Amino acid sequence: MENTLIALEVMGLGMLAIFAVILVIIGIVSVLTRLSRTPSSKEDGRDAPPGA
Amino acid sequence: MDFLLSGIMAITWQQLIMYLIGGLLIYLAIKKGFEPALLLPMGFGAILVNLPFSGVLDQTLQGGIQAHGIIQWLFETTIEASEALPILLFIGIGAMIDFGPLLSNPKMMIFGAAAQFGVFFSLVIATLLGFGLLDAASIASVAAADGPTALLVSQIFNSNYIGAIAVAAYSYMALVPIVQPFAIKLVTTKKERLIRMPYNPRNITKTTRILFPILVTIIAGLVAPMSVSLVGFLMFGNLLRECGVLSSLSQTAQNEFANIITLLLGITISFSMRADQFVNLQTILIMGLGLLGFVMDTIGGVLCAKIMNLFLPQGKKINPMIGAAGISAFPMSARVIQKMALQEDDQNHLLMHAIGANVSGQIGSVLAGGILLNLIPALIG
Repeated sequence: MENTLIALEVMGLGMLAIFAVILVIIGIVSVLTRLSRTPSSKEDGRDAPPGA
Repeated sequence: MDFLLSGIMAITWQQLIMYLIGGLLIYLAIKKGFEPALLLPMGFGAILVNLPFSGVLDQTLQGGIQAHGIIQWLFETTIEASEALPILLFIGIGAMIDFGPLLSNPKMMIFGAAAQFGVFFSLVIATLLGFGLLDAASIASVAAADGPTALLVSQIFNSNYIGAIAVAAYSYMALVPIVQPFAIKLVTTKKERLIRMPYNPRNITKTTRILFPILVTIIAGLVAPMSVSLVGFLMFGNLLRECGVLSSLSQTAQNEFANIITLLLGITISFSMRADQFVNLQTILIMGLGLLGFVMDTIGGVLCAKIMNLFLPQGKKINPMIGAAGISAFPMSARVIQKMALQEDDQNHLLMHAIGANVSGQIGSVLAGGILLNLIPALIG
């Protein structure tokens, strides 16, 4: 039972940590893509893969 | 004449079962096309290591002469001592991944986190079934849907069940087309599966593509330092791909390098499929927990999309099936979602959204592995 309680704690903290990291990455990617849409940086861009 | 019969006389019923399991893995690899690059070497290796007095394992011969076995040596040096093979494979995987669809629609990345739910759910269930925490965490890593991560976690935690974990990790990845549709239909309505999502790709600059692997490594490394070997090598491979000046190295990493590592990994892992360690009730439990983990990963991703839909306006809603693609099994999961979407509506193309979620699953799974490696020892104390 003690192991299960620790596992539940790992579950809570683990999911929290993964979401936190992913949200930070989403934020940074959003900033990067916004910045890279400025005219000066467009020349080194390449197209994303074509959509379906 | 006795020496001619000594091998036959020494066969145990457990070893006979392992020959059948080896044969089954080879059958699945050849006839069904299930992860053949890994299941075939593992299947053949399972036969090799279970032959009595097998020369691929260390043996003490008559007169006390020590003979070294190649598979045991490979295992002890490349997996047990250094975890080198699973980690190095990440360079190849990273070089194969195009993060473009993800960078084009970064919110898809949230599903790479949500679809790791099965990892932690199966951890809890494994402890309820009586496994110790280290073994339970190793078993839970099967649900990361990422073979190298599962191997690394179970090796670092010195699990007794690494053979069963490897077989479960790789065979369930191959069974994604069967497991995921079942789990998705369990928690979605037809109306939800019909939601259309337009795809408007953004221009992703080379600078963004180069900065992405570097920043992800730093962020993940700061939160879960043990994930650095996983995330770092994955992103190193991706940097080789995206930097634009190392195309030869990138091609090598994607092809020859990844092939050599995969070939060695399969046959080396078979060391842990020796009958005395593999044929037991725990193996069946581990296979069941792996299946449960995959189902809960899928449900976690789908429910996350459904929760997001509560806050999104009409026309911007997400097809919940996309959430299921947040597992690491790439590109099988994205293909499954695309196929399911087309079955419901032959004009509903979700592939690029699903690929975005699916590549984020690669990041999510190594993060989940790293977090297990960080949290479990810290909480055990």
